[in-house]
Amino acid sequence: MSFYHVYKELKLFDFEGFLNSVTSNDIHRIMHKELLNEKDFLMLLSPAVEEYLEELAQKAHQLTVQHFGKTIQLFNPIYISDHCVNHCTYCSFSVINQFKRQKLTMEEVDREAKNLASMGIKHILILTGESKLHSSVAYIKKTVEVLKKYFSSISIEINPLDTAEYKELKEAGVDGVTVYQEVYNEDVYRDFHVKGPKRNYRYRLDTPERGCQAGLRSVNIGSLLGLDNWRKEVFFTGMHAVYLQKKYIGTEIGLSLPRIRPHLGSFKPRSEVDDKAFVQSLIALRLFLPRSGITLSTRESAVFRDHLIPLGVTKMSAGASTEVGGYSLEALGTNQFEISDERGVRDICDALYKKGYQPVFKDWIQSSCPPVL
Amino acid sequence: MKDELIIGGVKLNNRLFIGTGKFHNDGVIPDVIKRSMVQVITVAMRRVDLRSSEENIMNFISKDMILLPNTSGARTAEEAVRIAKLARAAGLGDWVKIEVITDQKYLLPDNYETLKATERLVKEGFVVLPYMSPDLVVAKQLEEVGAAAVMPLGSPIGSNRGFRTKELVRIMIAESKVPIVVDAGIAKPSEACEAMELGADAVLVNTAIATSNNPIDMAEAFANSVKAGRTAYLSGVGATTLEARASSPLTGFLT
Repeated sequence: MSFYHVYKELKLFDFEGFLNSVTSNDIHRIMHKELLNEKDFLMLLSPAVEEYLEELAQKAHQLTVQHFGKTIQLFNPIYISDHCVNHCTYCSFSVINQFKRQKLTMEEVDREAKNLASMGIKHILILTGESKLHSSVAYIKKTVEVLKKYFSSISIEINPLDTAEYKELKEAGVDGVTVYQEVYNEDVYRDFHVKGPKRNYRYRLDTPERGCQAGLRSVNIGSLLGLDNWRKEVFFTGMHAVYLQKKYIGTEIGLSLPRIRPHLGSFKPRSEVDDKAFVQSLIALRLFLPRSGITLSTRESAVFRDHLIPLGVTKMSAGASTEVGGYSLEALGTNQFEISDERGVRDICDALYKKGYQPVFKDWIQSSCPPVL
Repeated sequence: MKDELIIGGVKLNNRLFIGTGKFHNDGVIPDVIKRSMVQVITVAMRRVDLRSSEENIMNFISKDMILLPNTSGARTAEEAVRIAKLARAAGLGDWVKIEVITDQKYLLPDNYETLKATERLVKEGFVVLPYMSPDLVVAKQLEEVGAAAVMPLGSPIGSNRGFRTKELVRIMIAESKVPIVVDAGIAKPSEACEAMELGADAVLVNTAIATSNNPIDMAEAFANSVKAGRTAYLSGVGATTLEARASSPLTGFLT
């Protein structure tokens, strides 16, 4: 059994018919329900919700504060290699794009880490393109060795790995894995992932599950909003999370809502996801999964991010760079995507305090941390 | 007889313990402490960052408080032991609240791993207060291996569902030799009061205080309700019936 089987069954459902049949009565009923089932969740993604967005937002806010307090956990990505063998039509790192590829040496990783740590960052997310040659598991392990000196929690957002490889990285000090399906619609998936190992839909879909099996503390999933109908994509994301959480009770399943951004190669999103749709997606996920962490990336603008804070977000990247060497080396790389929120860590903290929220820098102590951390 | 609560050899006057997570700004904590006059405060070791001068929770907790570092985030006994040792090495003292939670949905404690961690840490000289799902047999085992107090949950952490485990905690109170501290799920002062009326030795509250619109006032309300509940318990809470009752319907004629 894999989520693939769940997906296969779900995709036969008449989404359009169902979504259009939802009435305001249904939404009223859901508003007063304590535990939502999958049908309620799908209803929350229907057009009928639009006029109730404020009321639902208040409920989402209240649930988030109850479970997470008025706190936002901060982390930063660190891009260590942009070599990539895949051709994904929406990504700057795509193999067909011509630019000077970069890969950090351990000295450079150290310099980047030192700079990030000096801003107070304690949780770090390692990012690479997909290239067994340039960013092998051994290279990631070496990087983790360096990062361990500076950070209390290390996660990875790299190409999908086998369970044994995740175990190896866990032993090395990795706590979590982030892997987005990008798009759950299998047919559409093929259109966007033209070349390379990433074309294998099923292998990618089962990646979060392999992370759970390897015993990683947290597994973070999501779909890249804009690649297909967002109502369906968010629904599949939520169902994937539930599938994993039920099966792997000891793994923290988190969610992200990345939205497609302009990047090298002038890709235009296939399905427009406006701010209202984004907010509806966030609220639906929060109400359906009140205990799950939700990450917001710097893809969104500073103003929009500030507005989203009370609606269910629990984690944010701060002062993020999406290029290799972006924290210490001069103009080394190409950005994977353009970020919209260009504020530094201090500014983000100030914005949080102003909203009545407290930034949390440290929320775990990975196994080889020195006692002073 | 004086009504004293002694845990780990320390006499406590205030039977409300508080937590430190979920505040919108840790800067409010000193006033919460001052107004409620609490003595015991729990801190998640995973959040403590002694290297940071600014974002360090310890800046807001005065030295005379009794620190109860907790092992939240631990999913095995081994992790809990590691975190407890880190806390002691970092100078946070010998007290530790064991939290071992595998289940990431309801955040219910793993009693079996909790027992293992308690046993090991007691041997290493810690004053151990394990957080647990109410279960008399486990409570007795925790007592046996040297727990300084036992902390059954009122309902799942952060759930605000109130004192739902009352019947099980009632039995634990009746049978335990060590203090019983009701921890988690308490949403309202009246529920804290209820636990105290029942005979709990103390109550630990975090979410209800930290996420209220006015944490300082709410902390005071909880402190008062805990005190009221304790006084009521000591005075002997009367039996309840549904119907009104005359003073001595059967033997009144004797006077």
